[in-house]
Amino acid sequence: MIAPLYLRAVGLAAPGLPGWSAGRAVLAGAQPWAEQEEAPYAPQLLPPNERRRAPPGVRQAFRAGEDARAGCTLDFSALAAVFASSDSDLTVMDRINTALAEPVRAVSPTDFHNSVHNAAGGYWSIATACRQPSTAVGGHDGSLAMGLLEAAALVHGDGYGVLLVAFDGLPPPLLRPVRPMACAGSIALVLHAEPAGAALARLDLSLTDAPETALEDPALERLRRGNPALRGLPLLRAVARGEAAQLVLPHAPGCNLAVAVEPVG
Amino acid sequence: MTPLPVSHYTVTTASGRGKAALLGALRDGATGLRRGSFEDGALECWFGEVAQLEQPLPAEHAAWDCRLNRLLFEALRQDGFMEAVGALRRRYGAARIGLFVGTSTSGVRQAERAYQCRDRAAQRLPDWFDYRHSQSIHVPGEFARLLLGLGGPYQTISTACSSSAKVFAAAARAIRAGICDAAVVGGVDSLCLTTLYGFNSLQLVSAEICRPADARRSGISIGEAGGFAILDPQAADAGLVLLGYGESADAHHMSTPDPEGRGAAAAMRQALARAGLEPPAVDYINLHGTGTMANDLSEDRAVSAVFGEAVPCSSTKGWTGHTLGAAGMVEAAIALLCIEHGLVPRSLNTRERDPQLRAAVAMETRAARVARVLSNSFGFGGSNCSLLFGARR
Repeated sequence: MIAPLYLRAVGLAAPGLPGWSAGRAVLAGAQPWAEQEEAPYAPQLLPPNERRRAPPGVRQAFRAGEDARAGCTLDFSALAAVFASSDSDLTVMDRINTALAEPVRAVSPTDFHNSVHNAAGGYWSIATACRQPSTAVGGHDGSLAMGLLEAAALVHGDGYGVLLVAFDGLPPPLLRPVRPMACAGSIALVLHAEPAGAALARLDLSLTDAPETALEDPALERLRRGNPALRGLPLLRAVARGEAAQLVLPHAPGCNLAVAVEPVG
Repeated sequence: MTPLPVSHYTVTTASGRGKAALLGALRDGATGLRRGSFEDGALECWFGEVAQLEQPLPAEHAAWDCRLNRLLFEALRQDGFMEAVGALRRRYGAARIGLFVGTSTSGVRQAERAYQCRDRAAQRLPDWFDYRHSQSIHVPGEFARLLLGLGGPYQTISTACSSSAKVFAAAARAIRAGICDAAVVGGVDSLCLTTLYGFNSLQLVSAEICRPADARRSGISIGEAGGFAILDPQAADAGLVLLGYGESADAHHMSTPDPEGRGAAAAMRQALARAGLEPPAVDYINLHGTGTMANDLSEDRAVSAVFGEAVPCSSTKGWTGHTLGAAGMVEAAIALLCIEHGLVPRSLNTRERDPQLRAAVAMETRAARVARVLSNSFGFGGSNCSLLFGARR
């Protein structure tokens, strides 16, 4: 038995879902989804040096993280952080591997420090002056569920409030055939042990061998399947509609993550 | 926290396969590092290579074949570890055992090879390159889960050089939160050009063998390693326990530690607090001790702030090299060996102790009663983790 988590804030960034406020209306069915190119994003919270150096994957993580922060009054510097991503930033990997295939092997030092899987977490802790524990996990298409389980462990095992950010940027052209993704995407969830006034939903997690939940809307289903972070869209859809829902997120072979969503208040 | 029994562990480094090889090297002061190029034409330097990884994986695992997974496969087959996990599976059921594996670069070596032989005109990677079973960061977690026959939740943690220290923390809290009933934890990282040339671009690769805490230290020697441990709350006969852990972020810089070591000190204090212990209860500190100017100095600030200047400490990277994402696990295994065998290892390759350092760097290996060991692991992105292990009382 895993004790319930209370969802206190949400951030979202995906094509046609630019932020939780606008995305919520689309997911609730109040607005139609429309194809929309995402404009390049400059993280607001980073000091100028780090803002310049942050690669696209980190920017994608910040887009949802900053969206969640803007939509609530919580103290983010008190939150432990979980960054869940299949590949962090393959554009950085691509540049490093390309450089290593040349005779001089001139790897850029900035690329190298941006290549660590916890780059987004490192930048985030600098941006928010947060010294709480921060982790980075990767579970391929099951990354979001992996992050949710770690968030639950931090909340109920260690007593933290947690910011979970799931994100993946779009792989560069050379890698897209071997790591297919349709789009960049990120979602952020702030999770606590207690509802404390303003929770959006109660989430009950359990492990299951049931298959993952798909979305009926073909455009949204393309997004869900097109990015590991957006595997969380069924969860956000239920929260947006204020509906109780039973859904399954992909995790590992034979072991998925069931989430019972219950509206609060 | 309630002490969490460590019922089994194993470690494979440049010093050899299995616990006994590393223990022997620690006692003899014999480094596993050697000078050369780990592949033709690669930067010549000191490095720690695990021997005989040329053999491909057995046919049934052919899809997973790459240097990282060969190392993982070898590491799991030492010290009766597979059998111990088999017994754990029978007791708890495969679905109730969590798996937590740390890595920094996973199978990126395979991607480096693929880029070298890509079709440049057609901009195409070779057909043999299987991203999902080699480079993808989740790979050591999913492959270990397959090899160990586990069916429960798993995590691949990748927080650079603290990755496989954090697996102990993640497993302990997952057990407390009811996500799993017992856990297998581990770490694995294999040699690759990305880290070699990456650290070199930051001028952090030493031309000499790494000399942690030395006045004339000049950087790291990179190594590869794999290791695993079982955390079994019901192992009544286990003599070793995880007493505490602490994690923090520096919030300072992506690739340079906070010179004051505030985040590192916070992680050490948290580990002590979770264990309910005061600093003098610690008999030996296994330092992160990479051998760079900045790391050793900032870690020393943190250690002396928390522990004063009396607790013996050393880095063991002079034996294994800096095994990056596997370092946390390797040094957890060394901590456990020191407790089991009553050993304080010296700071290998250190000739002249840096007079700027305040902490009690052990210059000679000695036999001693060692009941509790703190092990530090710090990584890029300012990721800090301290683990506190002890003998069960």
